[in-house]
Amino acid sequence: MTDATLENAPYAFVRKETLQQEAAPLSVAGPIAWVRNNLFSGPVNSLMTLVCLYIVVTAVPDLVRFYFIDAVWSGTNRDACLPEKVGRPVGACWAYVADRLQYFIYGSYPIPQRWRVNIVFAMFALGVVWMLWDRAPLKKVGAFFFFVILPISAYLLLLGGDGAETFLRFLILLTFGLAVLYLVLSFVPSLARFWTGPALLAVEEAAPPWQRFYRPKRLILMAMIVFGLIAVLAQAVGLPRVDTGLWGGMMVTFLIAAVGIVFSLPLGVVLALGRRSKLPIIQLLSVIFIEFVRGVPLITVLFMANTMLPLFVPQEYSPDRLLRPLIGVALFAAAYMAEVIRGGLQAMPKGQYEGAMSLGLGYWQMMRLIILPQALRIVIPGIVNTFIGLFKDTTLVTIVGIFDFLRTIEATLVDPTWATPTTRATGYAFAAMFYFLCCWGMSRYSIAVERRLAAGQKR
Amino acid sequence: MSTIPTETVQPGKASLFYDPRIRGYVYQFALIAVVGFLIWSAASNAIENLRAQKIASGLGFWHNAAGFDVNQKLIPFSASGSTYGQAFYVGLLNTLLVASIGIVLSTFLGFFVGVSRLSSNWVLSKLAMIYVEVIRNLPLLLQLFFWYNAVLKPLPGARNSIALPGSIFLNNRGIIMPNPQFAPAFEFVVIAFFVAIVAAIVFYTWSKKQQERTGTQYPNGSISLALIIGLPLVVYFIAGQPLTFDLPQQGTFNLTGGLQIYPEFVALLIGLTTYTAGFIAEVVRAGILAVSKGQTEAANALGLRAGPTLKLVVIPQAMRVIIPPLTSNYLNLTKNSSLAVAIGYPDLVQVFTGTVLNQTGQALEVVAITMAVYLTISLVTSLFMNIYNKRMALVER
Repeated sequence: MTDATLENAPYAFVRKETLQQEAAPLSVAGPIAWVRNNLFSGPVNSLMTLVCLYIVVTAVPDLVRFYFIDAVWSGTNRDACLPEKVGRPVGACWAYVADRLQYFIYGSYPIPQRWRVNIVFAMFALGVVWMLWDRAPLKKVGAFFFFVILPISAYLLLLGGDGAETFLRFLILLTFGLAVLYLVLSFVPSLARFWTGPALLAVEEAAPPWQRFYRPKRLILMAMIVFGLIAVLAQAVGLPRVDTGLWGGMMVTFLIAAVGIVFSLPLGVVLALGRRSKLPIIQLLSVIFIEFVRGVPLITVLFMANTMLPLFVPQEYSPDRLLRPLIGVALFAAAYMAEVIRGGLQAMPKGQYEGAMSLGLGYWQMMRLIILPQALRIVIPGIVNTFIGLFKDTTLVTIVGIFDFLRTIEATLVDPTWATPTTRATGYAFAAMFYFLCCWGMSRYSIAVERRLAAGQKR
Repeated sequence: MSTIPTETVQPGKASLFYDPRIRGYVYQFALIAVVGFLIWSAASNAIENLRAQKIASGLGFWHNAAGFDVNQKLIPFSASGSTYGQAFYVGLLNTLLVASIGIVLSTFLGFFVGVSRLSSNWVLSKLAMIYVEVIRNLPLLLQLFFWYNAVLKPLPGARNSIALPGSIFLNNRGIIMPNPQFAPAFEFVVIAFFVAIVAAIVFYTWSKKQQERTGTQYPNGSISLALIIGLPLVVYFIAGQPLTFDLPQQGTFNLTGGLQIYPEFVALLIGLTTYTAGFIAEVVRAGILAVSKGQTEAANALGLRAGPTLKLVVIPQAMRVIIPPLTSNYLNLTKNSSLAVAIGYPDLVQVFTGTVLNQTGQALEVVAITMAVYLTISLVTSLFMNIYNKRMALVER
């Protein structure tokens, strides 16, 4: 029996061929098992699943019917969205949004002048992409554009008028003067000995003349081009003054957010450095400012800017009604930015400070060249998150009477032209989409940056 | 020997311009000068402007008659006999009321959503994710407008109130609920409640000591719960049920009786609760994820089951991460309650910084007092936070 193999075994019940591998039982793998393990693993879990499914089943079809199937997409006034006029159940009245869209974007900005806002929007988009896109070239020029050129041109273009034109003329003279100065300096570098000192000057002199003082020249050149173009516009079509009382809509929302970020970031850096300073009075004043602002609600800061600021300056310099909340928002955001940036400064290893000091760099050189470039990079996600909060908080200016985007929605809701039972739901849905897209987009960006920074840390 | 003194003198000979100590003094002095000048010029301008506009200054207005009424008030207040000072307390109490209820509710909702997001139940976790993403990415003001103008305002009028079980009615004037009427004997129930809490604490300390000594475990949770609920209940029946309800009656035209909860309060409470819960959910999720998986596995390896693992290993470690951001969310909720002014809930900002400021014109004093209130709340909270952090910080060898 020992030499008997399986093939010639005499027993009929012995299987002679290897079986095919069977699929895993349905209770372990596959969709049914997944459903059982993830959705119905126990009584509590099953109940939760059923409740959730009930919520989804009752809410989603109704929402889809209201906002898409029964929605009205075109029309000129409320008759298009009234069920008794249309003769069918009416959902969202998108015709109203389409009709008032211009108002939502520009507020009451005069229609023939709206191209000015469009130019500022385009410049803003360019600046944002330049700053946020990781691989964009010439980052420093981009920063100069975003933090200096953009605010000035936005002021010139949006406000216009005689004051703006005088200012524009001054700016053009200034840039022209600076350009001449740099031209002279690049051919006679020894004139710059006073600023750069002999050692740096030797480095500069080694370069050919067209490369000397190259970087500042690039900034001046860009400023000249931008201001020159604005001057050409002002000459050709004219930039009549548009009072800030007429500004409104998304334009004001973006304006407040942009002013918030442009001013709060540098101010936040200064405050964060102040809070980490070894000089007791500077530290104390920074701490007082930061903790005070972070301890009170934005509304009280806005009330303060609105009612107290005009008292603090001579009456003839009383700030514009739009400028007051802008100052309030910028100061408020600065305190939060300062805390985010302080986190970055604290996260820098001590060796970075010591290394910089051992190279003989002074405080400002150390901060500018070694610490801040690294610290700001690692707090980009924090800065973006603060900015999301700032963007949502721009709605609060509604309360002090500024026509931001949310206020324009509210204003159209009381307008009888579009007074229908569904207008409010439509307007709020539109506002929600706008804010959601902006904030959610920013939070995605911040998560992406966080991943990229983490990838650098992992190596 | 003669070279040493010259060397020690050497640093003093360096230019004062490059001495960091001197420079520090100069910078600080310059800053003080600038800040002092700003404050001085602001103050002198303010005095000048106030005189020009003939606005009084000082806190004299505190005792002046208010002359306006407030719908929701926790202390007696009327247009005829009350002062601006009382209006301040009405507003402050309303702020504290909505903030404290909001904090409790948003904690529950936030923990539920945060845990749900980590649940293995796919539907539940996705719903929780949608909730968090939507709530966190929309401005609170828009959400308040939505709850107030789009949900609560379109409710039917008082004649067609929606009746809910338990004699609760819903209409565009808010929620009308049975109004509890406390007989004098009810204070015994309150006393019993506090006695029960003390007893529960005593029992807990005793059982913990007992466990450390002998290893015997007592069902702390259920015994404490039985004490805290049972004792007041027993006293309530012994005292002869000293609590009755004034039920709202549906008349032909109106509802009479009952306790009216104003729609402004409801909208603000729902808005604040759901908004803050979205943030608390993220805090909770981050806290639980911060406890490394090895901790759970080690607890399982020791033979602890899911419940005790959560209670004894995961939650104590997660709480260390959760509590600080949780407190700052509570503070945010309190500060955000100032948005009440947009929907007309009479909180501190609406009553005091709104109405009182408009009537008296004394912007400086009113805004300063309002800010001082919020600042005090924040500073006191962060003081407790720091004490807590010191206690909870990991003690390293």
